[in-house]
Amino acid sequence: MTEPADFLLAVEGLTVSFDGFKAVDDLSFYVDANEIRVIIGPNGAGKTTVLDLICGRTRASAGSVRFRGRELTQLKEHQIVQAGVGRKFQTPSIYEDLTVFENLEISFPRGRSVFGALAFRRDAPVRERVREVASLIFLEPLLGERAEALSHGQKQWLEIGMLLIQDPALLMLDEPVAGMSVSERRKTAELLRRVLRDRAVLVIEHDMGFVEDIAHRVTVLHQGRVLSEGSMQHVKSDPKVVEVYLGH
Amino acid sequence: MTESRVLPRKDLIAVLIFAALILLVLPLALEPFRLNLVGKYLTYGFVGLGLVLCWGDAGILSLGQGIFFGLGGYCMAMFLKLEASTPEATKIQSTPGIPDFMDWNQLTALPWFWRPFHSLAFTIAAVPLVPALLAFVIGLAMFKRRVGGTYFAIITQAIAAILTILIIGQQGYTGGVNGITDLRTLLGWDIRTDHAKLVLYFVSGGLLIACLLAAQLVRRSKLGRILVAMREREDRVRFSGYDVANFKIFVFCVAAALAGIGGAMFTLQVGFMSPSFVGIVPSIELVIFAAVGGRTSLLGALYGTLLVNWAKTTFSEDLPQLWLFAMGALFIAVVVAFPNGLAGLVQDSLAPVLARLRPQRAELRPTAPTVVDAAEQGGVR
Ligand SMILES: Nc1ncnc2c1ncn2[C@@H]1O[C@H](COP(=O)(O)OP(=O)(O)OP(=O)(O)O)[C@@H](O)[C@H]1O
Ligand SMILES: [Mg+2]
Repeated sequence: MTEPADFLLAVEGLTVSFDGFKAVDDLSFYVDANEIRVIIGPNGAGKTTVLDLICGRTRASAGSVRFRGRELTQLKEHQIVQAGVGRKFQTPSIYEDLTVFENLEISFPRGRSVFGALAFRRDAPVRERVREVASLIFLEPLLGERAEALSHGQKQWLEIGMLLIQDPALLMLDEPVAGMSVSERRKTAELLRRVLRDRAVLVIEHDMGFVEDIAHRVTVLHQGRVLSEGSMQHVKSDPKVVEVYLGH
Repeated sequence: MTESRVLPRKDLIAVLIFAALILLVLPLALEPFRLNLVGKYLTYGFVGLGLVLCWGDAGILSLGQGIFFGLGGYCMAMFLKLEASTPEATKIQSTPGIPDFMDWNQLTALPWFWRPFHSLAFTIAAVPLVPALLAFVIGLAMFKRRVGGTYFAIITQAIAAILTILIIGQQGYTGGVNGITDLRTLLGWDIRTDHAKLVLYFVSGGLLIACLLAAQLVRRSKLGRILVAMREREDRVRFSGYDVANFKIFVFCVAAALAGIGGAMFTLQVGFMSPSFVGIVPSIELVIFAAVGGRTSLLGALYGTLLVNWAKTTFSEDLPQLWLFAMGALFIAVVVAFPNGLAGLVQDSLAPVLARLRPQRAELRPTAPTVVDAAEQGGVR
């Protein structure tokens, strides 16, 4: 029996209600270091809300989120990021008015205080790291472009790159391949496989092929609760899951 | 590489042109009375610089910059008033040695908060710091609670209104609706002569250029890019690990300090300060000056301030009643049709010309810039 502190992320009894409606209801799950966990479930199951709760965007009504033994529910968003949690949003969330280079540079984890940002120098380590990440996300030739000019898929990659440059211990991705073309999907799967090593990842995804491809374990959410949890094989053959989700 | 250069050449040339205009061309071309007017307009330019950082870049619209302009102006006026209120000069008062309006209001001693303004050093420090301190308190109360957008703009308006009422109501301490008038000398130097006004014009212009350069450095730093990022996607900035509220407080304080410096230079050049520069209407006017010139361009805001004020003076000499309507129409036109103001228009018409010039320049440079070079120059706006 392992103590919760041994897990990278321990979510216990997490609950949030919006005007009496419990979007997440007494939810518990545990994520190991280096584990790739995929959360699936029907629309409105509360998947995005779970990520919002972990990263501090939404405040929990009850329950706890412990990350590396540290309670996150009382921290502010930027403190949670600095503790090592990175979050990608469901719709691409990048700075359209800035260049690809600047988008990545802002995410570089240095000079995050007001005066640190004033004194920040674009030195060799920054340039190298930006270039390195840019080549990972297929955007090196576009470093000087304004992010506005990127395609939808490229914007998704850029946001993933902005997370990678933070080098978080836990990476949370909300539907990373949604809205992508087939070839973009393939490239993204390849990208994720390469970068998902050495860190824990929490992915929300509807694309079953993609899920089967990357997941170590799968958690199925339904009405804010865990419906089933285990390997992809296990959840796929769980009759409850087939009924509410996969059967459609 | 741009890395070694503090400001890119293009920006530097633009600053030099502006400096030549206000420090060379205008002083040579204008008679003293007109030049003094321009000097007055330039003090609004300080506010414009702050608005570009705060509103144009960070997206925080303050409709209360008159508060900070006024506070800076009052700090300077208090010093000058104390210097003008020597016991000899005020010996006919029932309490000699205090400002005349205090005596008229039956005050018998100098209020405690006036005392430090005997010192010029304290006053010079207070001119940017008092406005910045108030901005810090407002910012802390608002931004930490994530009040923003329209609510914030309305609250700054309310504070401007409250401050005006306070100043007018507390006549004995502030000079009331007339303000602090009859200012004469600065450390014994008469500021009312034509020569003094000329000197003050150059001091004010030089300070403005210095503040312009400082603002450009802020914009070119990573902080400048974070401000723009915040305007677009506040949440993303938060989830990149930044405490957004602190950045907003900082830029609001900088804008307040700049406005305060402008106010102090105004007092020096015009010779008085009154609540009519603090309230709602002047605060909105200050925003219009910046908006017409271009809220995302520092120089644009400065040219805009000069142009609108020149137009205002010209108009209101002939058709004073129509000016308010003209101003309103101008503001709506700018916001609806040209959100980036005159600077945006100039940029749009210059961009094609520059594009045509570019091939010739490329021939002069044997090595074409690499992609990353181009990216690193991206901070220029
Ligand atoms: N801030 C909020 N206020 C009120 N209700 C909310 C809020 N956020 C989410 N909800 C509700 O909570 C439920 C769960 O939403 P959530 O976005 O987490 O679902 P999801 O599983 O991510 O769905 P999808 O697959 O469509 O992205 C929905 O019914 C949604 O309407
Ligand atoms: Mg969702």
